[in-house]
Amino acid sequence: MTESLLEVRNLTVSFQTPDGIVEAVRGISFNVERGETLGIVGESGSGKSVATQTVAGLTRGARISGEAIFEGRDLLTMSAAELRAIRGPGIAMIFQNPLSSLHPFYKIGWQIEEMIRAHETASRAAARKRAIELLGLVGIPRPEKRVDDYPHQFSGGMLQRAMIAMALALQPRLLIADEPTTALDVTVQAQIVRLMQRLQNEFGMAMIMITHDLGVIAGMANEVVVMYAGQIMEQASRYGLFQQPSHPYTNGLLRSLPRMNAPDEPLTAIAGQPPSLIEPPSGCPFHPRCPQVMDRCTISAPPFLPVTGPEAHRSACWLLDPASKAQE
Amino acid sequence: MPETLLQVEHLVKHFPVSARDLFGGRQRVYAVDDVSLDVRRAETLGLVGETGCGKSTLARCTIRLESLTSGRVLFGGQDISSLTDSALRVYRRRMQMVFQDPYGSLNPRRRVGSIIADPFEIHGLASGTELKRRVQDLMALVGLNPEHYNRFPAQFSGGQRQRIGIARAIALRPDLLVCDEPVSALDVSVRAQILNLLRELQKELRLTMIFISHDLSVVRHVSDRIAVMYLGKMVEIAPSADLFEHARHPYTRALLSAIPIPDPDLDSRREQIILAGDPPSPIEPPPGCRFHPRCPRVDSICASDEPALISRLADTREHLAACHFPVADGEALVRDKGAS
Repeated sequence: MTESLLEVRNLTVSFQTPDGIVEAVRGISFNVERGETLGIVGESGSGKSVATQTVAGLTRGARISGEAIFEGRDLLTMSAAELRAIRGPGIAMIFQNPLSSLHPFYKIGWQIEEMIRAHETASRAAARKRAIELLGLVGIPRPEKRVDDYPHQFSGGMLQRAMIAMALALQPRLLIADEPTTALDVTVQAQIVRLMQRLQNEFGMAMIMITHDLGVIAGMANEVVVMYAGQIMEQASRYGLFQQPSHPYTNGLLRSLPRMNAPDEPLTAIAGQPPSLIEPPSGCPFHPRCPQVMDRCTISAPPFLPVTGPEAHRSACWLLDPASKAQE
Repeated sequence: MPETLLQVEHLVKHFPVSARDLFGGRQRVYAVDDVSLDVRRAETLGLVGETGCGKSTLARCTIRLESLTSGRVLFGGQDISSLTDSALRVYRRRMQMVFQDPYGSLNPRRRVGSIIADPFEIHGLASGTELKRRVQDLMALVGLNPEHYNRFPAQFSGGQRQRIGIARAIALRPDLLVCDEPVSALDVSVRAQILNLLRELQKELRLTMIFISHDLSVVRHVSDRIAVMYLGKMVEIAPSADLFEHARHPYTRALLSAIPIPDPDLDSRREQIILAGDPPSPIEPPPGCRFHPRCPRVDSICASDEPALISRLADTREHLAACHFPVADGEALVRDKGAS
C-alpha cells in the first residue's frame, strides 16, 4: 500500500465548556490520498469542522489525542512554528464565510502578497505580480485593477475566488475547504465547484471537502466519510455511498432530501434531533433516532464492518454483524 | 377556476440608498419592479431566486410588512395597499409569516407558551385557562410537547423553534401563510420534518401559502406553482411540474442545472449550464432584459427591449415567461446565431 498524504488515526478532540466537556470528535480515522478529494458530510455539531481544524492546528485549548500524519510527520505533536511552516505550502484552508476570512481594512492584493511574503523571500513587486496572476487564474475579471480593491468591493462569489487564490498561492499539497459554497447562491456555487475541480486537476493537490450538502459531495468527492455526533458512521467511494448506502443514518439523510423525480411523495424525515455531545448517547450515537434500532445498539458501539460490495466500503452498524440477525 | 385570494398588480418597491449619485440625487435599489401575480386559495406558490432578487421584499409587500412604492395588493378582493396600520389590523389576523431564522424570530426572554399566546392576546380572542388550552392544542398540532409550555426558546433545538414559529403563525387560522426560507437554517435531517409539517398543516387548515426559498428542490416539493425572480422582475411562472420539465427562460434553465443532485450518475449525465459572473446590482439594473449580460442566448434586442411576461411557444396561459428567445423543449440553451 502506498503512503497516503494524510493519515488521521483515532483522533479525539474535546473542549472544556461551562456546561461540561464537549466531546466534539470521538475517535475517527481516515486517509487522504494524493491528488484525490475526500468529502466529509455531516450536520451541524457532527464534528466535521473541528476534526479538520484540529488537523490544521487551529483548535487551541482543546484536549486532543490521536495522530495526524502528514507526509510522514505528526501534525498533532508539532510546535507552533513547525505548523506555521506547513500551513500555506503544505496545507491551506478556505472557510465558509469569505468576508470574515479577509481583513476589511486591507486591499485584497495586499493580503495575498502578505501571505506569499510570510513564506517566501519575494519582493513586494514580485509578490504583487503573483497576486495578480492568481486572481486571474481563479477567474476574477481585470485582476490588475481588482487587486487594489478592498474586500467590501467584491461580491460573495468573487471573495470566495479570492480566498481560493490565496489558498493556492503557495501550491499546497492539501486544500481543506470547509463549506466553501454554503454562503453562495446556487449559480455562483456551481461556478466555484467547477473552478475548484479545474484547479485541483491543474495543481494536482488533494482536497478535503467539508459540507452538509450531499449534492455537492456527489459531484466532487472520490471518497466520502459520513459523520454523526463526532464519529464516522460510514465510509465509501462516492458511487458506493450514493448507490449502496448502508448505514441507517446515511439512508435517512438521503431519503429526507426532496427528490426531483418524485416531488409528490412525502419526505421520510429522521425523527428527533441530533444529540448533545456533552453526554452523547451510549452505544451507537444514532440509536435514539434509528428506525432499525436493536437492543445491542444501546449498549455497545458498533465497530466498522465491511459492507458487501466495493471493498473499501465500511459502515459502523450492528446490522452488518451476522450475529445481530441470529439475535432477532 | 379556483378562487383568487391575493392579487398583486404592478407592485413596485424601491428603497432609497444612503449613497448619492454624481449629481447629488438619491440612488435607489429597485428591489421589486412591476410584478403582477395572483395567488389562489389553498395553493402553495413557490418564489425562487438568488440573493437580492426581491423575492422576500415581494412577499413582505403583499402582506404589508413593507409599504408599496406603487401598485396594488388585493386581499380577498379588498385593496389593502394603502390602508393605515389600524385599518390593517383586521387583515393581519388573516395573513401570517414564518421567518427564516428560528433563533432571531423568538424573544429569548419570554416563555414559549406566552410567545404562542401573543396572537390571541393581541386580538383579544382568549384568556385564562381557555388561552392555555388553545396554546397547548397548537403545540401538539405542530409536534411539540404541550408540557413544555413554560420553557424558554433557548431550551429548544432549531427545528423545534421553527415549530414554535409555525404554531404562532397558524394560531389564528390565517388564510395566507408566508414562509420565508423556513428550512434554510435547519439541518438536513430536521428539514424534512418541517417540510412535512407544513404540508400536513396546509391540507388540514386549507392554508394558502407563499413559500420563499433559494432551494429549487425544496420549492418543487411543496409548491403547486413556482415563480422565478431575477433582479426585481418575475422572469417565469408556471405549474411546478411544467417549470421543471419545460423551463422557457434561460435563467430558469441555469438555476435548474445548478442544483446539486445527490446522485453521481444523474449529476454527470445532465445538462450543465454555468452562468458567468454574479447577479448585477439592483441599484443600476441593466436595460432591456435584466438577465441579458449573463445570458448565453443574448441578442441585440435583449439589451434594448424588455421582454413581456406572456405565454411563449405553445404554452398555456398558466405558463408565462419573459424572454425574447424562449427555450423550446429539448433545445440546447446556446442558440445557433446563424439561424436567426
